[in-house]
Amino acid sequence: MKIHQLSMFLENKPGRLSEPCRLLADAGISIVTLSLADTQQFGIMRLIVHDWEKARKVLESAGCVVNVTEVVATEVDDQPGGLAKILEVIEQAKVNIEYMYAFTFRSGDKAVLVFRFNDPDAAVEVLKAKGINVIGNVELY
Amino acid sequence: MSNRVLRQNRCAFSGVNMSSFVVENRIWDPAELMQRQERAALQLERLRETVARAARVPFYQKIFEKDGITPEKLKTLDDLRRLPFTTKDDMRDNYPLGLCAVPRAELARIHGSSGTTGVPTFVGYTKNDLKIWANLCARFLVAGGLRPEHTVQVAFGYGLFTGGFGLHYGIEEVGAAIIPAASGNTPRQIMLMRDLEPDVLICTPSYALNVAEVMHSMGLDPHGMSVKYAHFGGEMWTEDLRVEIENQTGILAFNNYGLSEIIGPGVSGECAVREGMHLQEDHFLVECLDPETLEPVEDYAYGELVITALTREAMPMIRYRTRDIAAMDPCLCECGRTTRRMSRVMGRSDDMLIIRGVNVFPSQIEEALLAVEGTAPHYLIEVDRPGALDEVSVKVEVNPGFFSDKMSEMQDLRDRIDRKIQGYTGLHARVELVAPKTIERSAGKAVRVIDHRLTRK
Repeated sequence: MKIHQLSMFLENKPGRLSEPCRLLADAGISIVTLSLADTQQFGIMRLIVHDWEKARKVLESAGCVVNVTEVVATEVDDQPGGLAKILEVIEQAKVNIEYMYAFTFRSGDKAVLVFRFNDPDAAVEVLKAKGINVIGNVELY
Repeated sequence: MSNRVLRQNRCAFSGVNMSSFVVENRIWDPAELMQRQERAALQLERLRETVARAARVPFYQKIFEKDGITPEKLKTLDDLRRLPFTTKDDMRDNYPLGLCAVPRAELARIHGSSGTTGVPTFVGYTKNDLKIWANLCARFLVAGGLRPEHTVQVAFGYGLFTGGFGLHYGIEEVGAAIIPAASGNTPRQIMLMRDLEPDVLICTPSYALNVAEVMHSMGLDPHGMSVKYAHFGGEMWTEDLRVEIENQTGILAFNNYGLSEIIGPGVSGECAVREGMHLQEDHFLVECLDPETLEPVEDYAYGELVITALTREAMPMIRYRTRDIAAMDPCLCECGRTTRRMSRVMGRSDDMLIIRGVNVFPSQIEEALLAVEGTAPHYLIEVDRPGALDEVSVKVEVNPGFFSDKMSEMQDLRDRIDRKIQGYTGLHARVELVAPKTIERSAGKAVRVIDHRLTRK
């Protein structure tokens, strides 16, 4: 149950973020969530979208450098301790997190956590064994 | 320039693959196989003729009279060193055709330098000069695989620039068919390549890379094209760029060298061994000098090429300071040609950047970039002096080959480029990763350096 995340290289300059967002909007692709990692000079945008294959084509044909990676999304109760509980499980299993980000989903009482693991398959196994809800593309959209 | 910098740069042609001919070895002109002693005698004879012709040019006449130089006083080739240098400035002072040694009526062609370093300069040719020029181009084209049955696409500018017409007449001399595509209009070049199926492509190396990129964006695979060989010239390039182009296109790339002030293309070119460019020494006397002391450098060491044209009728050129930095290889080549070979040009004595007191050539930075796996050869060097110290930044385009979603990997890549540049130049540069295709492409000579210090007050 892994989902596809698109990453893009962006220069840290005015207007560089809106360009790809406009391209996706014009292609009728909706963004589920995104996260930005930035340095003074450049940034990396990570995107989860409906129809990642189409989104990739749209961005690449506009000359963007796009990378597809598999990430793991889990669902937790949107309340104190939700994240801490999952992190404990991951820590005990000694699985390394490269980076993560979170968002709430459909204004419900659940939050979605997106993890980039070095070994996503091992991570999914551990999470599932502990009864944590790992969600896939279909449920997310 | 300090010799230290020259020694840091290995000769591009030392050592590797000494026994492989990449194409069948063919000789166009028996003069290429002449015994060295015999050639030296011919050179001395032709040097005397050149001095006699040059004496008809007021600029040389004055100097010869002052220094007591006559053809008879040249006893050995070493006496070349008694002759004066000729510089680009001398050509400008005698603008437009003051260095011509023949009456205007005898001129058959006038070409001009590309004017990359200031006002253009003009060069005249007699009918016989043009005949010799075609022969010299034919020599290196055949050495690099051209055969009479081939079709050649010439994507060099046809005009004042010597590249287009020089190669054109060389190809005609060999008897191959020419597509005179001229430069620019990349989609049309690709259409010609696809529909007319040329065997050989002639352009600048950076333009070849541009063509490959446009092909990819059109969904075409350069490997599927009919072009087998390319002859590149007109700008500096590196051995790593050759590997890059050959990997991307499947074309076998040959290097050649020349300059309009001397003749145009045809001064030297690679044979099937591709370990340096054979100098056409029966027509050119080539010295390799330290650009500061003007003393000869040792074999294999980098220095400035100083060229005397031995057979030019319209415009005899004596000890022309090319500003091109290269090294000489006196070893006999296994192809059978007895001429000395020169390395590729690794810099211009006037392109040399002095950054915090260190001599740096843009080509060193290019080599450093190409040594980091995955980086594309599109870069821009910017030098500035915002405070007391010089600062260098190098912009490098990100491409799918080295983009990662992990910040740590991107920063690691930047650090590796930084360390490579430091290794090649001894200099710390600020490496900036920029979005793909944001560095301007050019159909002619690529702009690789912007020196903001020149515009600062």
